[in-house]
Parts: sequence; C-alpha cells; structure tokens
Amino acid sequence: MIMMVLIYSDTEKGALELLSKGRELADAAGRKVSVVITGPDAGSRAKRFIEHGADRVILAAPSLEGFKAEEIADVLEGIVKDEKEDVILISSTKNGKELAPRLAAMLDAGCVTDATSIDIDSGRLRVERTVYSGNAVAKEEFASTPAVITVPGKAFDPLPPDPSRTGEVIEAAVQPGGHGSRIIEVKKMVSEGVNVEDAEIIVSCGRGFKSSDDLKMLEELADTLNGVTLGCSRPIAADLKWLSDDHWIGLSGHKVKPKLYVACGISGQIQHVAGMRDSGIIVAINKDPDAPIFNSADYGIVGDLYQVIPKLVEALKARK
Amino acid sequence: MNIVVCAKQVVDVGEIKVNPSTNKPVLEGIPRKISDIDKNAMEEAIRIKEKLGGKITAMTVGPPDARERIKELLAMGADEGVLIEAPENADYHLVSRALARGIEKMGDVDIVLCGEASIDMFSGQVGPRIAGHLRIPQLTYAFRLEADEGKIRADRNMGDTMVISESTYPVVVTVTKEINEPRLPSLMQILGSANKPLNEWKMGDLGLEGEAPRVTEVDLSGVSMERKNVIFKDDLDEAVNELADRLAKEGVTG
Ligand SMILES: Cc1cc2nc3c(=O)[nH]c(=O)nc-3n(C[C@H](O)[C@H](O)[C@H](O)COP(=O)(O)OP(=O)(O)OC[C@H]3O[C@@H](n4cnc5c(N)ncnc54)[C@H](O)[C@@H]3O)c2cc1C
Ligand SMILES: Cc1cc2nc3c(=O)[nH]c(=O)nc-3n(C[C@H](O)[C@H](O)[C@H](O)COP(=O)(O)OP(=O)(O)OC[C@H]3O[C@@H](n4cnc5c(N)ncnc54)[C@H](O)[C@@H]3O)c2cc1C
Repeated sequence: MIMMVLIYSDTEKGALELLSKGRELADAAGRKVSVVITGPDAGSRAKRFIEHGADRVILAAPSLEGFKAEEIADVLEGIVKDEKEDVILISSTKNGKELAPRLAAMLDAGCVTDATSIDIDSGRLRVERTVYSGNAVAKEEFASTPAVITVPGKAFDPLPPDPSRTGEVIEAAVQPGGHGSRIIEVKKMVSEGVNVEDAEIIVSCGRGFKSSDDLKMLEELADTLNGVTLGCSRPIAADLKWLSDDHWIGLSGHKVKPKLYVACGISGQIQHVAGMRDSGIIVAINKDPDAPIFNSADYGIVGDLYQVIPKLVEALKARK
Repeated sequence: MNIVVCAKQVVDVGEIKVNPSTNKPVLEGIPRKISDIDKNAMEEAIRIKEKLGGKITAMTVGPPDARERIKELLAMGADEGVLIEAPENADYHLVSRALARGIEKMGDVDIVLCGEASIDMFSGQVGPRIAGHLRIPQLTYAFRLEADEGKIRADRNMGDTMVISESTYPVVVTVTKEINEPRLPSLMQILGSANKPLNEWKMGDLGLEGEAPRVTEVDLSGVSMERKNVIFKDDLDEAVNELADRLAKEGVTG
C-alpha cells in the first residue's frame, strides 16, 4: 500500500470532511491526496479544496451534469488506473453508496461502506463499521488495493483552511461511457433544513399517531422542552410522508445522540433503535406494555399517547 | 422477462444478544430468515412477471441450510432456485462476483432485483457491485417501478432528492421496503414448491475456485446498551409527574 488517496463526494462539505482524513493517511506515508471534481465550472472550486488540504485537484468530465453513478464510476475508474491511486474515499450519501460498490467491482477491488474509523495498523488498512443493526462493530481489513471506502457525514471534521497552501490543478482526459439508463427528473425532498444529528433534544413520532394533524401535539411538547427537534420512524417519512426524510432516524436514516430522546408511538424495532441508541436519556411512550422500545428506554410510560402527551406538557410547564 | 431475484439468508438481528463476558454478539442458535427487503424484491418480480410474462429465478449465495429459505421464495412465486455454496471467508467481493457469474451462466437475464441492503450486514454493496461486474446500468433505492417491454422506470428515494430514472435491459434494480407488501404463499404454493427445480452451484462451477476475498474480518465486538428501564404503568397523572421530576433531575429538559 502506497497511500495515494483519492477523494470524491457529491457534496462539497463531504469532500472537505474526507480531505481531513485523507490528509492524515497520506501524511503518514508521505504521499498525496487528490480530489476529483466533475461537471462544469469545476475549476472555480479547486482553490477551496487545496486550502483544506488537497495536493491535487483533478477536473474531469466537464460535460457531466448532475449525478449518475454509472458515469461517475467510469470517470473514477479511469483516474484510479491512470494515477495509480490506492485508497478511494467517497461520502456515504445514497449517491456515494451506489457509486462506491459499483466502482469497486469495476476495479475488482475491496470496498467497505459506512466506515466509522479508518486507520493504518502495522501497514494494513483497517476500518470499522457497525453491523447487526447496532449490536456489534466489525473491524475489517483490506487484503488488496485499491481500497474503496465510504464515510458517513460528520465522521471527521474538516481541516481549518490555510490560504497559503498550494496545490496542482490538472485536467483528466477520461470520459464516461454510454449507458442505457437516464435520469428523467430530480425533485428536492428536504424542506425545513432540519438537523437531527446536532439536536440536543429530539421528540420522535411513530405509527402510534393516527394522522399527520396529530403531530401538532408534539409541537406543544417541543415548546415546553426548549429547542426540540422533531424525529420520526421510517414509516412516517418513507411510507406516510408526513415528515421529510431529514427527520428519519434509524439504521437507514439518521444516527442521532441528543441528551434526551422521547419516542412516542414507536414500537422500538432494532432498526429504529440503531439510530438513537447513543442518546443520553431515552423516554418511551407506548400503549403496549410489551413494546420492545421499553427495553431500550430509561423511562417509559405505558399509556395512550393522546392522553399522556397533553398531561406531560402540563407537568413540564408546572416545573418551569 | 427473465428475472433474477438475489436473496440472502440472514440472522434475525432482533434476536441477537451480546455475551457480557466475551463482549461478542451471540450468533449461534439465532433463527435464520430471508432478509426482509429481499421479499419486497421477490414480490416486485412476481408483479413484473404477472404483467409481462417470463421466468423468475431466486439466487442465493450461502450455506447449505439456505435451501430452506429458497423454498420459501419458490412458494412465493419463483420458478426456479439457485444456491451457490459460499466459502467460509466470503466477503462482499466474493458474494457479488458469484452472483454476477451465476447470472452470466444463466444467460439472457433482463432484470436483476436486489434489496437496498441486507438487515444483518447492511452494506448495500451487492446490487451495485453486480451491476459493476456485469457493466450494466443500475437503478438503486427504487420505491416504485414500472416495467415495460423495452424499458423500466423507477422512482428512487435518494435521501435529499427523489430521482426518477429509466433504463433499458439488462439492468440491476435495488428496491426499498416501501415498494410493496410481500405476499404470503398459500398452503398449495408451499406444497407445490417442493417440485420446483433448485440447482446447486459451487464456486468452481462459476470459475471462481480459489478466488480470494478483498476484505477480511479481523475483529467483531458486541455493543451492548444498558438502560434504566424505569417503566410507569398505572396512574397516568402520577406517571407524568414522576417522569417530569426525573427528567428535571437528570437535567435534560432544555
Ligand atoms: C433494512 C431495514 C431498515 C430499516 N430502517 C429503519 C430506520 O432507519 N428507522 C426506522 O424507524 N425503522 C426502520 N426500519 C423499519 C423498522 O423495522 C420498523 O418497521 C419501524 O421502525 C416501525 O415504525 P413504528 O414504530 O413507527 O411503527 P409500528 O412498529 O407500527 O409501531 C407503532 C407503535 O405505536 C404504538 N401505539 C399505537 N397507538 C398508540 C397510542 N394511541 N398511544 C401510544 N402508543 C401507540 C403501538 O403499540 C406500536 O408499538 C427498517 C427496516 C428494515 C428491514
Ligand atoms: C471478511 C468478511 C467475512 C464474511 N464472512 C461471512 C461468512 O462466513 N458467512 C456469511 O454468510 N457472510 C459472511 N460475510 C458477510 C458477507 O460477505 C456479506 O453478507 C455479503 O457480502 C453481502 O453483504 P451484505 O450483507 O452487506 O448485503 P447487502 O449488499 O447489504 O445486500 C443488498 C442486497 O443484495 C442481495 N444479496 C446480498 N447478499 C446476498 C447473498 N449472499 N445471496 C444473494 N443475494 C444477496 C440481496 O438482494 C440484498 O438485499 C462476511 C463479510 C466479510 C466482510
């Protein structure tokens, strides 16, 4: 392993976070970190990446608009082969997670998704990831190069910008191939700019609510507890679409660690718990005394949430 | 349509406990089942076949006891099953390579359906890897599909965005849990599944004898969660007051 690190993210923020880890890995080996930017106007963004730690910015496929995994994978495959990159870091957005394994297969390479740590251990590249829905952490080691790794947001902090840093900006000749797929339409789904990951207190709703109007009850609770962010289980976002995906907590949604997490009308299946098990205090309100959520809770009230929540609002108000 | 559904036998993660003395998850004796979303993939295959005709093959890389899981898919509506025996150290690469080779061996496959991710390892790698090996298009995270003779259209949940894509065949499609409600097989179908063909292939049959994994597991440690489990059951007024007091004492009320 020679530790030439290549970075690709579909968001600038993601690329900056990856750069910080990439810099550390490359420095340990005295090697270089490159960032790939595709699409038009890529050059204008190059400076920012160099200030944040990139040695090289590779501008590729300026004709590409938007994100299509097949095309980006073609471009990265070409660059990895031409430049002999051996560690490829990609953001664990859904785009990144459909890109990385495709690219790895094209390169006949190993890939680990959602790495929570990346380290060199006696010359070997080792990463950790959560498995069995939060019940275990696996440490996996790459037996070959290149190594493709996806990293969730906020796993690493960006380096502070250094305006005096210099780096190279090069253009890659590689072009994506033709593919039988095409994107017809892209609709933005996030609306409110919610950020459950940074929330101090989260009140979360599940299918125990009978209608989306009833979520107003939670707003009252939110007013009593200062600075509450609303969370939800997967069906509320993905099936019923009462809330946008940025409220969705769990294995396939956001991982959160507020100091207080209140689960209302959520059964507590392991895939939900996987997203909130690092919370400080967990409170559950559920009418079913056997609901699994009570096993994952510090405090629980067995009862109808339509009665419990208004009473709890009163009790909390009385203590203000 | 010639459809392959890739389905994985998994451990029921809801049943896993961590052994406190070894700090390892206990996997022995945990029930095995078909990974939840793979049943959604199977259901979607059946609906496509109902519309356009064709054949469905359920393909699994796994240990010999995964035969029983394939039978469940045959009962649901697969016409044929394939079990590819997995070597001990099968990583993401080996599993996907084996599936891709199996699909090539079958020949003329139009649609490969996978789940978005398995419930145990949850890497989400296998679908896009198969597409990468075969160098064919991929439609990932589909929560709605419309298959026609010449092309297939997918509404895809990409988190911050909803993307509508279409593709010609052959194509790999990964589906989400929301795409449908998997059917339960009838007793007749369960009995009938015994007569459907279930082929067993070895890595050697696919030209993958001795193929090395790209990733190895060097450690697996359990993550247990200790909670106070103080549950109030009886009088609701008492319960909310008690809870409000406790939360104030914990200093977490904002
Ligand atoms: C691969 C995979 C990934 C997944 N990822 C996620 C994920 O990221 N996040 C997630 O949340 N889920 C996820 N799921 C789904 C998960 O398994 C559960 O199906 C889901 O969390 C259930 O949501 P729920 O608790 O809102 O609904 P339900 O399980 O239907 O629970 C509703 C609860 O409300 C209670 N209730 C009903 N009425 C009342 C009332 N009046 N007062 C009080 N309580 C009431 C009921 O007792 C019940 O416990 C995933 C599943 C799979 C297979
Ligand atoms: C070092 C290492 C050693 C391992 N050893 C073993 C082992 O000894 N035994 C073992 O069972 N697992 C083992 N695994 C896990 C195994 O490699 C993965 O489970 C497999 O690669 C699939 O990944 P996943 O579970 O994340 O599936 P994902 O990629 O999340 O699955 C997505 C979809 O792909 C399809 N799919 C996934 N896996 C299969 C499959 N096996 N057959 C058919 N379709 C599938 C399904 O449609 C599924 O919904 C090991 C993993 C590593 C890294």
